[in-house]
Amino acid sequence: MRPLLQVENIAKFYGARIGCTDVSFDLYPGEVMGIVGESGSGKSTLLNCLAGHLTPDHGAVRFDTRAEGLRDTITMSEPERRMLGRTDWAFVHQHARDGLRMNVSAGGNVGERLMAVNARHYGDIRAEAIDWLGRVEITEDRIDDRPTAFSGGMQQRLQIARNLVTGPRLVFMDEPTGGLDVSVQARLLDLLRGLVREMNLSAIIVTHDLAVVRLLADRLMVMKDGHVIETGLTDQVLDDPQHAYTQLLVSSVLQV
Amino acid sequence: MISVENVTKSFVLHNQGAAEIPVMAGASLQVDPGECVALVGASGAGKSTLMRMIYGNYLTASGRIMVGDVDVASAAPREIIQLRRNTLGYVSQFLRVVPRVSTLDVVAEPLLLTGTGVDAARAQAELLLTRLNIPQRLWQLSPTTFSGGEQQRVNIARGFAFRYPALLLDEPTASLDPANRATVLAMIAEAKARGAAIIGIFHDHAARDEICDRQFDVTTYTPGLAA
Repeated sequence: MRPLLQVENIAKFYGARIGCTDVSFDLYPGEVMGIVGESGSGKSTLLNCLAGHLTPDHGAVRFDTRAEGLRDTITMSEPERRMLGRTDWAFVHQHARDGLRMNVSAGGNVGERLMAVNARHYGDIRAEAIDWLGRVEITEDRIDDRPTAFSGGMQQRLQIARNLVTGPRLVFMDEPTGGLDVSVQARLLDLLRGLVREMNLSAIIVTHDLAVVRLLADRLMVMKDGHVIETGLTDQVLDDPQHAYTQLLVSSVLQV
Repeated sequence: MISVENVTKSFVLHNQGAAEIPVMAGASLQVDPGECVALVGASGAGKSTLMRMIYGNYLTASGRIMVGDVDVASAAPREIIQLRRNTLGYVSQFLRVVPRVSTLDVVAEPLLLTGTGVDAARAQAELLLTRLNIPQRLWQLSPTTFSGGEQQRVNIARGFAFRYPALLLDEPTASLDPANRATVLAMIAEAKARGAAIIGIFHDHAARDEICDRQFDVTTYTPGLAA
């Protein structure tokens, strides 16, 4: 099997400070990888480099494109990268308002992604939007409401619908459950797990919540001070951590 | 089917003065298809540690752990994920599930992951839950609120839903009443009969003597414990 994403030696510096450095890994179709670490560990910098939001100073991010196989997304042209961002890639922001258009209706938010890939028939777009709102458990009677009228959990589910409607193969998620209360988190995790399995999605999830990665991620990468200090199978890293920092991180979680 | 060859394991506790605790040295064990082997030894001797090493949950410092044709001790994460999906089942002592997912779906999930259709997977899950006396009115509820014994039976139903060629069972009969205990022992016997290689930990000695073909004393390989 061919990897969907090949990351090689990514480094990003902010002046003399390290954002992240020496990051390499392969991600295969259907695999979910978690990246954990404390604030400032470089995990969001890394995610933004992978998703094309930041240009790394070094390294390659090769994506298995449908048309041409593995292509380095860092050196490809801006329009090509944008096209990927609208089709095969999706990015779920921590704050739903960063990933939604707050002054456009829920249906419009989902439909816009479809129109960006040349859907033109109003009836089809609206039907598809209703279908996706249903899949993220937003009832049809809310389709014409703006996200500003939604709760935080609903906004996050709407953002997921907007992102997944075009059938992406790779989803980047930045703290997707951050800021939501735990009952809403559980619902969102359940939803994401189902979608990952049904759509055979690959995903990279940045979070500081170890419970979230245990439930969602197959593999785990632990970052500290811009470096990857430990990688492995999620339950192996959490149950038998090797690095001093990972041991501290795992033993610091409060038991409920 | 399962072949543990000369494995070694120690824990290094970096945040407690880098204390190094050797827990296993030179353990070797072979389990053939259709065979059930009990891990025995005092509490703390390393029964669960060895089981977790076989499952890939704990890293192995040296030696080989072959399950089918995969060496768990050196395999990449995605090889172990595939192995767990298609070959190696594990019934742990505690059920760990996503909140809000129904009991029926929890049990059906291993089948869905291996390509069984939704209807067939649910039907198989229903059979198992019925057999293990989980009342039908609970099937649509999340098992997180169930009693200990009910959770244990859901866990067993999930572990036996797919017919894994290799199975690890950690205290499968603990906290079960006699009727359910007999059912679980019958399910283990059926798994053996279809050729599964099974490694189990049983504090229930009667169950162990009934179902296991032989015992493997981990104490022999526990540094500092061996007689």
